[in-house]
Amino acid sequence: MQPILKQDLEVDRVSKRYGAHAAVDTLSFAVAHGSFFSILGPSGCGKTTLLRIVAGFLAPDDGEIRIGGRSMRDVPPNRRPVNMVFQHLALFPMMSVGENVGYGLTRRGVARAELANRVDAMLKRVGLPGAQAKRIDQLSGGQKQRVAIARSLVLEPTLLLLDEPLGALDLKLREHMKIELKQLQADFGTTFVYITHDQSEALVLSDHVAVMNAGRFEQVGTPQELYYRPATPFVAGFVGANNRVAGKAIGVDAGVVAIETAAGLRVQARASGPVATGDAVEAYVRPEVVDLARDANELPHGTQGFSGRVESLLFDGANSAVLVTEASTRAEIRIALPQTGRLADLRVDEPVAFGFDAERAVCFRSG
Amino acid sequence: MATAHLDASAIDRPRVQLGVLLLLAPALLWLVGLIVLPHVELAVLSLRARVAPRVYEWSLDQYATFIDEPLYWHTFVRTAAMSILATVSTLLIAFPVAWYIAKIARGRAKSVLFILCLIPFWVSETVRTLGWMILLRESGVLPRLLADLGITAAPVELLYHDATILVGLVYTSMLFMVVPLVSALETLDDSLIEAAYDLGGNGWSILRQIVIPHAAPGIAAGSIVVFMLTLGNYLTPTLLGGKNSLWFTEQIYTQFITRFNWEQGAAFGFLLLILSTAIVWVGLKVTGQRFGDVMRRA
Repeated sequence: MQPILKQDLEVDRVSKRYGAHAAVDTLSFAVAHGSFFSILGPSGCGKTTLLRIVAGFLAPDDGEIRIGGRSMRDVPPNRRPVNMVFQHLALFPMMSVGENVGYGLTRRGVARAELANRVDAMLKRVGLPGAQAKRIDQLSGGQKQRVAIARSLVLEPTLLLLDEPLGALDLKLREHMKIELKQLQADFGTTFVYITHDQSEALVLSDHVAVMNAGRFEQVGTPQELYYRPATPFVAGFVGANNRVAGKAIGVDAGVVAIETAAGLRVQARASGPVATGDAVEAYVRPEVVDLARDANELPHGTQGFSGRVESLLFDGANSAVLVTEASTRAEIRIALPQTGRLADLRVDEPVAFGFDAERAVCFRSG
Repeated sequence: MATAHLDASAIDRPRVQLGVLLLLAPALLWLVGLIVLPHVELAVLSLRARVAPRVYEWSLDQYATFIDEPLYWHTFVRTAAMSILATVSTLLIAFPVAWYIAKIARGRAKSVLFILCLIPFWVSETVRTLGWMILLRESGVLPRLLADLGITAAPVELLYHDATILVGLVYTSMLFMVVPLVSALETLDDSLIEAAYDLGGNGWSILRQIVIPHAAPGIAAGSIVVFMLTLGNYLTPTLLGGKNSLWFTEQIYTQFITRFNWEQGAAFGFLLLILSTAIVWVGLKVTGQRFGDVMRRA
């Protein structure tokens, strides 16, 4: 039995429409106390609208938001136990670092001495001890990030909302800040709701991820669940790299679907949801589940095997892959290169064999 | 190589300077011919006294007259105070207008509103002020309306009051305040306001702590321009205030044109220049602004 966790955020059938377009479409979910919850989706999927509804900048057309068990109906943003880290951080350039962090406390009428102590303690916790007097434009990108988080967390909110705060940073710093954010969240224990279009951020940081598309959640689950057991074709296509094979189910046996593409390629994949013989289907095969070899005998025994030719080599360090065209149907498939250095000498146009376990590929009924 | 390079630059430098000088020539001519020279002439005029026909000597008499005659410095202080009042009123009225144009109006509405602020300037100041006179004089539109509505027993004279002068000055100055305010407010990132609101700020505290500090150079720029225009305005106070207006520019006009006392007029002109410079300087000091920053916004 799972213990009943305290829910810090409950979203109950919330909708927001702009004309005929539903930015958020009767959405319900809950976020447990102390967890890191991400909402992952392409731009325009409604995630920013959802976040602004939670923060109180937008009123939902329907439904209700409860934070810490309390209904937020008609509660303005400045009275919600929620704080937000903005996309471009929105630090106040006319104030020093100390004044930025102390702003919320000043608004609450905290006494001067206590305010100074709390600002000091907070800056220490985010690794910027003694930075009170600095101007905002003297800080690096990462330091600004920490000030923005400190400014919100010093108010001890029930919920911290983060609107793609790493978007403006360069790649190296982004990788670093990802780790720092996760550590900060673990350290403070505050519930984080994080929105992003970057799947790597969502997968690395979160306890739970909701994949959002066209105003609805396609799937809510742990990063592992999303990656290994995508519930919908959208999730399979959006989270991680995937090869898509569309065709017709020509047979279903013990949850494994045999698929034939229009060009005549036959593959097998595990069915997700109801699939019957004759259905139009689409299968998703991750590049790293496909075995690649120079000779068909080297492939693991009992998997479906194909032969093909190397179309191009995509070197990207640990993410290196090859594009292979299947011999009879010219179907193109992306296969991850083994990290052991085996096949590192592969050349374009070389004939290769490849195969994969049907259980590790997933098949959905199209539609 | 280094010597050759040095030689080349030594030859080039005077040529570059000549080029720059030629390019600056129109501006320099304007600056020296129309601003510096007349002011030097005014300074010289203001510092001499006529002792006999065509005989002059250096003296501070003109400035002594200003101090000795209460009417003169009373007018002087009154003009300064009224100008400050007009500037503050213009700021208070223009700020919400600028806020609406910069932050709330979108697309077409924005340009229409801007044009609405500009339209009064298509008409000359004289005609605009005469328009106010038609509206406000005893037999004018507004007094008659007030009488017809029973608010006043009989049409009252609305011209020739200090408030009338203020209305005219604010009206004339609006655009010069709205433009720098709009450009200052447009650069304010909306998310700063949202962030402040999110952290517990309310409308008033956000205005005081976020909006005004951000817009300060624009506010200062608009205020300086409006203050200078108001202080140096002649037409509006004279027409709307009549004999009661007691505006310092009128004193200058009287000395030059009516009394033909150029020496006294020059001294008054100089005093007005010192007054406006001093008040702008104090204003900048009090608000902690730097002149260079402010002028970039104007």
